[in-house]
Amino acid sequence: MSGALLTVDNLRISFPTRQGRAEVVRGVSFTLGRERLGIVGESGSGKSQTGRAILGLTPPPGRAEADTLRFDGRDLRHATAADWRSLRGRRISMVMQDPKFSLNPVMSIGRQLMEAAARTASSRTEARAKALAMLEAVQIRDPERVFHAYPHELSGGMGQRVMIAMMLIPEPDLLIADEPTSALDVTVQIEVLRILDALVKERGMGLIFISHDLRLVSSFCDRVLVMYAGRVVEEVKASDLMQAKHPYTQGLFRCLPRIEGGTRPLPTLQRDAEWAR
Amino acid sequence: MTAVEETEGRNGALPPWVGRLGRLLVTLVITLVGLLFVTFLIGRVVPIDPVLAAVGDRASESTYHKVYLELGLDKPLWEQFLIYVNNVLHGNLGESVLTNRPVLDDIADTFPATLELSTFAILIGTCVGVPLGVWAAVRQGRLVDQIVRVLGLVGYSAPIFWLGLTGLLVFYARLGWVAGPGRIDIAYQYDVERITGMMLVDTLLQGQWDAFWNALSHILLPGTLLGYYSLAYISRMTRSFMLAELGQEYIITARVKGVRESRIIWRHALRNAAVPLVTVIALSYGNLLQGAVLTETVFAWPGLGMYLTNSLGSADMNAVLGATLVIGAVFVALNLLSDVLYTVLDPRVRRRG
Repeated sequence: MSGALLTVDNLRISFPTRQGRAEVVRGVSFTLGRERLGIVGESGSGKSQTGRAILGLTPPPGRAEADTLRFDGRDLRHATAADWRSLRGRRISMVMQDPKFSLNPVMSIGRQLMEAAARTASSRTEARAKALAMLEAVQIRDPERVFHAYPHELSGGMGQRVMIAMMLIPEPDLLIADEPTSALDVTVQIEVLRILDALVKERGMGLIFISHDLRLVSSFCDRVLVMYAGRVVEEVKASDLMQAKHPYTQGLFRCLPRIEGGTRPLPTLQRDAEWAR
Repeated sequence: MTAVEETEGRNGALPPWVGRLGRLLVTLVITLVGLLFVTFLIGRVVPIDPVLAAVGDRASESTYHKVYLELGLDKPLWEQFLIYVNNVLHGNLGESVLTNRPVLDDIADTFPATLELSTFAILIGTCVGVPLGVWAAVRQGRLVDQIVRVLGLVGYSAPIFWLGLTGLLVFYARLGWVAGPGRIDIAYQYDVERITGMMLVDTLLQGQWDAFWNALSHILLPGTLLGYYSLAYISRMTRSFMLAELGQEYIITARVKGVRESRIIWRHALRNAAVPLVTVIALSYGNLLQGAVLTETVFAWPGLGMYLTNSLGSADMNAVLGATLVIGAVFVALNLLSDVLYTVLDPRVRRRG
């Protein structure tokens, strides 16, 4: 237990509807050390909500409950608003999906970076230096110009690198990346992922990588959780993913196109009502 | 450096706001000419004989004809329009039949009264309405939200003359907290020298504190009442803009960074909501500046609304057209102002300009 950075046991997230509470996450459990954990699943499987619950960002009126939700020895289930604020950014951070929406359009990049930097810096000059250094670390060629730019003046790839820089400035212990490359062009995806990978390794932080891209996750993470209808249906080492046992995971793999020897047309995923129980 | 960057660099020698200002001025002139044209047409279309209005119905045939020629009504319409434009450009809006004074002088007397009342009202509407709307949005569905909603509903549905009369009855007649109708007590009226025509400003400029407090006491009730009406609208719009912004992804980003909640609300969400809010506030202000006829009547406030209504009642076309022109020009100016504020508030617009 001592090595675990994050312990999640029986996490349940529900939203009220007219027909009573609808559970979108139904008993998710996992532990995480300073490693890279992938969570894969289709949209609506509860993977993003799981990521947000770890940050206490379940949107109201939704409710997240768990038997254990422990981060670095602290029980997050009874965290107050002040507790959350001291954790967010500094200890746990999250890279969001689309920089077009996740950056404030009327605030300059510099000011948004400074907000993150101010939490760990003692002066404005230090915060500014940190922000600029971080922009350089995500391989932005002209940090000074980007610092003064507004989000709409950046490309998607640059925006997402700014996002990564912003979330890594306070040097958190755990980074949650929620589909960090889904909104980007394929060519830029690899570049952004490489930067993210290098920084996570270099700083030795834990990573939860949420994606619907099975192949991407398997090549990028140590361990993979496969989610279906709010449950974890499979937990495997990324290298063993091809030997996955659950029919859903196997079905997903069969649907991936292969350069040689694949069947055409690709088979459709045959869902079994049994999986969702 | 590529060719594209080079041309951008050369344009950069002239600050970009110069071009923007030029375009803005061209639009402004076109709009104003259009406005003149419309007011001119209104004057020709309404079934009021301008000659008859000027000479009265007992004038002889020859007098009628003489005035007819003097007014240039025998000339073709386009020439009349040019004469009208020329007159307006020289500050000549004609004479008012009702007051026997140049219309421009009348407007110079009445408009500041309306301007003062409207500005007082819009300040209340904005300074109270925006925070109330923000508060309601943050506490969506809670008690505060409900209270703000009811407050807004009452603001929409209660007739203003009723509220005005009730207000006078309670706060003036019974409690004596505020002064009654009019802009200032007669005791002070002739001591205040006219500088801007706005009592509060004039008394302040002359350092007449007693008169200032008296004028403030007079404007308090009608100003608050009108302010309440714009508050009802502004707070509702603020609430819905804020709700839209608070649901945006960048708010979650700020939360993830551990930004203080108050900063998220005021610096992130409201700063974004401010962009459409500017238009809402400018339009509310514009509506107020047309002159609130009912309020001005109840409170014997000699403003533009009352002037316009009186002129209409006695078919005083010069006065009606003059006042209409002023109201139109005010709207154009406010639109211009909100355009300028847009570019200040939204970097995305700044770039395009």
